[in-house]
Amino acid sequence: MLGRTANGLFWMFRYLERAENTARLLDAGLRMALTRDLITAEEEWRSVIHASGQSRAYRAKHGTFTGIQVWNHILRDKDNAGSVLAMMRQVRTNARGVRNAISGELWGVVNESWMALDDKLTRPVTQGSVGEVIDMVRRAGTLAHGAMANSMLRDAGYHFARAGTFVERADNTARILDMKYYLLLPSLSYVGTPLDSGQWDQVLRSVSGQRAYRWLNAGQTDPRGIVQFLVLDERFPRSLAYSHSMLAEAVTALARIHGQEGDSHRLIADSTSKLAGLAVTQVFEQGLHEFLTEFTRCNAAIALAISNDYRFLR
Amino acid sequence: MDGAAVAFDEMLDPSGEVRPAYAGYHAWLERQQPEWLRRKNAETEGVFRRTGITFNVYGEDAAEERLIPFDMVPRIVSAAEWRRLSRGIEQRVRALNAFIHDLYHRQEIIRAGRVPERLFRDNAAWLPHMVGFTPPGGVYTHIVGIDLVRTGPDDFFVLEDNARTPSGVSYMLENRETMMAMFPELFTRVPVETVSDYPMRLARSLAACAPPRTEGKPVVAVLTPGIYNSAYYEHAFLADQMGAELVEGSDLRVIDGRVAMRTTGGYQPVDVLYRRVDDEYLDALTFNPNSVLGVPGIMDVYRSGGITIANAPGTGIADDKAVYSFMPEIVEFYTGEKPLLPNVETFRCADPDTLKYVLDNLAELVVKEVHGSGGYGMLVGPAASKRELAAFRAKLTARPENYIAQPTLALSTCPVFARKGLSPRHVDLRPYVLVSPNGIDITPGGLTRVALKKGSLVVNSSQGGGTKDTWVLKD
Repeated sequence: MLGRTANGLFWMFRYLERAENTARLLDAGLRMALTRDLITAEEEWRSVIHASGQSRAYRAKHGTFTGIQVWNHILRDKDNAGSVLAMMRQVRTNARGVRNAISGELWGVVNESWMALDDKLTRPVTQGSVGEVIDMVRRAGTLAHGAMANSMLRDAGYHFARAGTFVERADNTARILDMKYYLLLPSLSYVGTPLDSGQWDQVLRSVSGQRAYRWLNAGQTDPRGIVQFLVLDERFPRSLAYSHSMLAEAVTALARIHGQEGDSHRLIADSTSKLAGLAVTQVFEQGLHEFLTEFTRCNAAIALAISNDYRFLR
Repeated sequence: MDGAAVAFDEMLDPSGEVRPAYAGYHAWLERQQPEWLRRKNAETEGVFRRTGITFNVYGEDAAEERLIPFDMVPRIVSAAEWRRLSRGIEQRVRALNAFIHDLYHRQEIIRAGRVPERLFRDNAAWLPHMVGFTPPGGVYTHIVGIDLVRTGPDDFFVLEDNARTPSGVSYMLENRETMMAMFPELFTRVPVETVSDYPMRLARSLAACAPPRTEGKPVVAVLTPGIYNSAYYEHAFLADQMGAELVEGSDLRVIDGRVAMRTTGGYQPVDVLYRRVDDEYLDALTFNPNSVLGVPGIMDVYRSGGITIANAPGTGIADDKAVYSFMPEIVEFYTGEKPLLPNVETFRCADPDTLKYVLDNLAELVVKEVHGSGGYGMLVGPAASKRELAAFRAKLTARPENYIAQPTLALSTCPVFARKGLSPRHVDLRPYVLVSPNGIDITPGGLTRVALKKGSLVVNSSQGGGTKDTWVLKD
C-alpha cells in the first residue's frame, strides 16, 4: 500500500470520528440547555464551544453564546475550518483520494452521507432541524463503520483506518473529560457531596455513555465511578483504555503485515500496559488534569510515530 | 443547424420500420409503461451521483464535480457491422504504431515523399528524446480510442485518432453496469457482448508490455495528476478494477535506476506505468521543469529499459489533426492495403488554394484547430453566427497552418429519452483498442457520445454532450 494512501485512510477516519464526536458534544449541549435557565444555558453553550476546540474562531465572530449561533458555527460556518461540514468534506475528499483502497460500499455511504449533509447545511440550521442534522452526522459515522466492517479487506488499509479512528477517539474523550475535570476536584475532599448530576450527565452524553454508565453503576454518580468508566473501563467503546487497546490491535496487525515493529508499536505497548496496571486512585493522586495532559501527549506521539513508521509523507 | 432531417436514423428506416439491430430492444420498449420509463429515467442521475462518477470542468471551482448526462436508450451495433469496424480499426491502429516507430527511426515515409517533413518538424508533440529508442515490445500506443461517425447504412468514417491518453472508458463500463442494474430483463432478451472484462484485458495487455528484464509478475501502476483532475474518477476506477496502485508524482522517485513508489513498507519498483499525465509534465528534468505531476528522471530510466510508459512519450505526434489528414497514405504505406475505414474529407488550410476554398465556403464547413481537442477552438459553419464566422475568418487568415476544415457531416442519430418520448439526436462512437506484443484487442462496445441539444453536432461532454450504453450484438 502507498504511504499516501495509508495517510488518506488514517485521516479519513480521524475526521469522521471527530465530526461524529463533535455532533455528540453538540447533542449533549442541546439537551443540557433545554433543562437550564437562560443564564446557565449560555454557560453550557460556552463550554460546548470550548470543548469543541473552536473558541477562538467563535469569539472572532460572536460576543454572546446562544444555541442557534453555537450550533450553526459548529455545524456549518464558512469561516470555521473545523466545522462539521468542513470535516465531512475532508472525509469525502480523503475517501476520493483513496478510492481504490476502500470498498465500493464504503465509498457509497460516505459519498451519500456527504451529499445529504452538504445539501442540508446550505441553509442555516434552526431549532427545529438541529436534532435531525446531528442524527445525520452520527448516522454517517455508523454507516461508514458498518460498511467498513462488512466489506473491507482486512489488509493494511483496514488497520490504518482503525488506527485513525482510535487515535482520534482517545483524543476526543480525553479532551471532553479534561473540560470538566475541575468538577471532580472538590469532590475528592468532599466525598459524599452530591455531584451536579446534570453536569455529569452532559459529560457522559458527550461520549454517548450515559446509559452504559447507569447500567454498569446502578445509578451511582460519583467521580471515581465516572473516571473509572471513561478512562479505564475496557468495556466502554469510547473509553481511553478501550481506544488504546483497539489502537494496539491495529498497530500490532500493521507490524505483523510489514514484518517489522516500529516506534508506534513500542509506544502503544507502553500505553496499554500502563493503563492496564492503573487504579483510579492513582489517576486522582497524579491529578486528573495532569494525567489527561500526559495521555493526550502520548496519544499524539503515537499518531506521529505511525505516520513516520509507515511513510505517510515524503 | 438542424441536421436531423437528413441524418441517418440508426433505429428507424425512412419508412418508420425498426432496423433489425434494434428489433429486440424496440419490442421490449413498446411493452413498457411510459410512466414507468419516465420514473426510471429520473432515477439515473441519482445513481450516477451516488457512485461518484463525475468529472471536473476546467476553469470552474476545483471542487465542482459534474455529471455527464446519461441517456437510457442504448446505441446498438449489429455483429456484422462490428466485424467490419473491427477490421478497419485494427488496420488503422497497426499503421499508427508503425508510423510512430518509423518517425522516431528511419523516417522511411518521409524519404518516400508520402508525408511532408513539416508534419513532425513543427509539431510540439514531437519528442527528440524518443529518436532511435524503441519502447518495450515495440508498442507506442498501448491504449487507443478511435472516434467513428456514421452517415449511412454502410458509411462509417474515422473522425479522430486518440493516441495519447484516450479517456472515457470508465463511462463505457459504468453505463453498462447502470443499464444492467436498471433493466436486468433486457439483457436476458437481447444478446449483448460483454464489456466488463475490459479492465482485465487492460491489465493483461499492459503486463505483456513490461520491460524484458522484469522478473515475476509485473508491477503495474496508474499515474494520475490527482483528485482535481477532470478524469480522476476514471483513473481511480481503472486502477481499482485492475488491482493496480493509483499513484501521483509525489509517490514516485527514481532509486537505483528504477522508478519506485513509496509504500508503507518502503520503496517498491514499478514495471509498467499507465500514465494519465501529459508528456510535458512527465519528467521535470527532461521537459517542463516546473512540473510536480511527474517523476524527475523517469525518462532516463525509460531509455535504459527500466520501465514501460503507456502510452509511450511522443505518441502525440500521431493524433494531431494535420497528421490525421494523411492517415489514408499512412495506412497504405505501412500495411500495403487500402484503408478499410475512410477518413472524413479534410482540407489543410496551410495550402493557399485550399485556404481560399475554405474561406469561400466557411458557412458550410467545420473548422478545427490542428492541435485542439475537447471541442474547443472549433467552428461549426452552418450553426455559426455572422460574427463567429468573421472571427474565424480572421483567425484562419492569420495562421492558416493552424487549421483544418471538413465538410459538415450529417452524423447519424439515435433516439434519446426526451420529455415527450423518444427523439433523435446525433451520436458518435469511440471504441477502445489495446495494443501489446500479443496483438490488438478491441473490446466489443465503446463510448457513444450524444449531442443532447436537438440538432447539435457537438458531442463533447464539455459542450453539453451526454453518453449512452453501446451494445454490440452477439451473432
